[in-house]
Amino acid sequence: MSILVDNNTKLVVSGITGREGTFHSLRNRDYGTQVVGGVTPGKGGQDVEGVPVFNTFHEAVASTGANTAMIFVPPRFAADSILEAEDAGVALIVAITEGIPAHDELRAFNVIGKNGRSRLIGPNCPGVLSPGKANVGIIPAAFFKEGNVGVVSRSGTLTYQIGNVIAQQGFGNSTIVGIGGDPVPGSDFIDIIALFQDDPETELIVMCGEIGGDAEERAADFIAENVTKPVVAYIAGFTAPPGKTMGHAGAIVSGSRGTAKAKAEALEGKGVRVGRTPTEVAELAASLLAAAA
Amino acid sequence: MDLLEYQGKQVFARHGVPVPSGRHAQTVDEAAAAADDIGYPCVIKAQVQIGGRGKAGGIKVARDHAEARDAAEAILGMDIRGLTVHELWVEAASEIASEYYASVVFDRSAKAPLVMLSTKGGMDIEAVAEEDPEAIARLHVDPLVGFQEFHSRRLAFEAAVDADVVRPVGAMLSKLYDVFVAEEATLVEVNPLIVTPEREVRALDAKVTLDDNALFRHPDNAELRDPSREDPQERMAKERGLTYVKLDGNIGILGNGAGLVMSTLDVVAQAGGSPANFLDAGGGSKAEAITSAVEVILSNQNVKAVLFNIFGGITRCDEVARGLIEAFNQINPTVPFVVRLDGTNDVEGRRLLAEAQLPNVFAESTMDGAARRVVELAA
Repeated sequence: MSILVDNNTKLVVSGITGREGTFHSLRNRDYGTQVVGGVTPGKGGQDVEGVPVFNTFHEAVASTGANTAMIFVPPRFAADSILEAEDAGVALIVAITEGIPAHDELRAFNVIGKNGRSRLIGPNCPGVLSPGKANVGIIPAAFFKEGNVGVVSRSGTLTYQIGNVIAQQGFGNSTIVGIGGDPVPGSDFIDIIALFQDDPETELIVMCGEIGGDAEERAADFIAENVTKPVVAYIAGFTAPPGKTMGHAGAIVSGSRGTAKAKAEALEGKGVRVGRTPTEVAELAASLLAAAA
Repeated sequence: MDLLEYQGKQVFARHGVPVPSGRHAQTVDEAAAAADDIGYPCVIKAQVQIGGRGKAGGIKVARDHAEARDAAEAILGMDIRGLTVHELWVEAASEIASEYYASVVFDRSAKAPLVMLSTKGGMDIEAVAEEDPEAIARLHVDPLVGFQEFHSRRLAFEAAVDADVVRPVGAMLSKLYDVFVAEEATLVEVNPLIVTPEREVRALDAKVTLDDNALFRHPDNAELRDPSREDPQERMAKERGLTYVKLDGNIGILGNGAGLVMSTLDVVAQAGGSPANFLDAGGGSKAEAITSAVEVILSNQNVKAVLFNIFGGITRCDEVARGLIEAFNQINPTVPFVVRLDGTNDVEGRRLLAEAQLPNVFAESTMDGAARRVVELAA
């Protein structure tokens, strides 16, 4: 098992005919993901290296039975594309696009929540990788192998850093989920940690948070009440000054709220081990797994 | 993007939020002329994005032309908690019967706009929230439904505003919500919202934060500037499409991906160093972008050593190495560099760097080791 993406994933890519869209769609296919179609309005009937292109998500779903969408279009078109995939009934929507206006995200989030038929991962995320099964997004799969550590993160490259150190210690991953660095992520730590808790293959959960918002604090409460598997956490941004956005739209300390210190304390207060460096997180994870084995 | 008070008030006026009449000024002459036009008494206000302007002497009342000149002279160039005053807002003085507070904020936890109203205006609202949370009426708005009139009535009655101004205060809330949606703001705050002795309501202050990601739909807003906040390095980075935040230390930092860069700052600080900047070169950076980023980092004179921390995913380590080599060719840096390259094409990247034999460039194989090394070199 794994969560969100696996051998049954049938992926349709919005923006497949763009340069980045083509590159990553084909990389996902090379990895073994079933990439069944793409959507680019006006280019229906063409194909990208054998992947059929459709004008609308509705056509793509009707023709291919796609159950997963990846959004790769520029920010000004992205919320529309997410809503189109939702309207076409796609169960899982992974939005890679960075820089979507916050009010667009708010609308997309609330529509998806109200209708209750789709799950959104991202936006502004690296995607979802279940090693050995499927890769949907831009995570460099070569650094990861199959295993029992579930990873959920607001940051892409930080995940690679931590995942790589865990791999060097001899452990692999069930699934790696990038939930993205925006203020309104479609899925939060809690949503993904709940899936890992129910996934028999996952034995340990690593969560990588960062400054801004209160998703980590809420996750701490959720873990205390609902999670029996060990959780190791990392928080980036201890040295971030207040009032400055640190690269991710959601990574900003406002007043005394959203600091790394407050998040680490909230997690530790609920019994979650917090590593102070990526290396320490990987070591904590490895020692907990070795003790359980 | 945080707007200055006068910019916020101009946005308010466009949406029909009542504000005192006022004019923008950048010199003593302009301020005095504006004051003459508006009439006396008037208020001369420093335009900087920071609280406590009044206490710092940045807000003065003028009763005649001479006082207006004196006030403008005193305030222009004043330093208010580290910000230099370059701009003034001259506005008609208002008589105040009551001071309220109103805001619309983007509530990340609830994933909905939150509208707040309180009769305890004119003071620090965070302090009110702490000491007397009941004094603030709050209401989440379903963004798919929008802010309806019943919402404004509920808030006005719950906050217990004076009965005779329930209607105009409610109307102001609706207009503030319009500003929030139409301008794609993440914060719209009025403190104080005043009631005059004639029972008129007005926004006496304006705090507006706009969503940078939405500025492409608002070209007029994208032009707004705050000269007191503009840092030359940050402006240079912005023009080059780099994500850069200037910090107080002496170790220049370059990495790929916001989370990894933030983590790099933390690891350097733990090793006893002090970062001079946050710089995310972004995913898939090509050599030219790296060269350009090195220029931005070194334009800060405080930098004594530079750390490259790259974990290549989409970013290719060989491109990063080429960019660094090109930077050495072009600008010949005098400070030492520590370079850690891992991930996509790392072997090729390290080989290129080794062959180039750049003076003062040190390769490290781990993030922790690289942080320790750069701290030693900057000491």
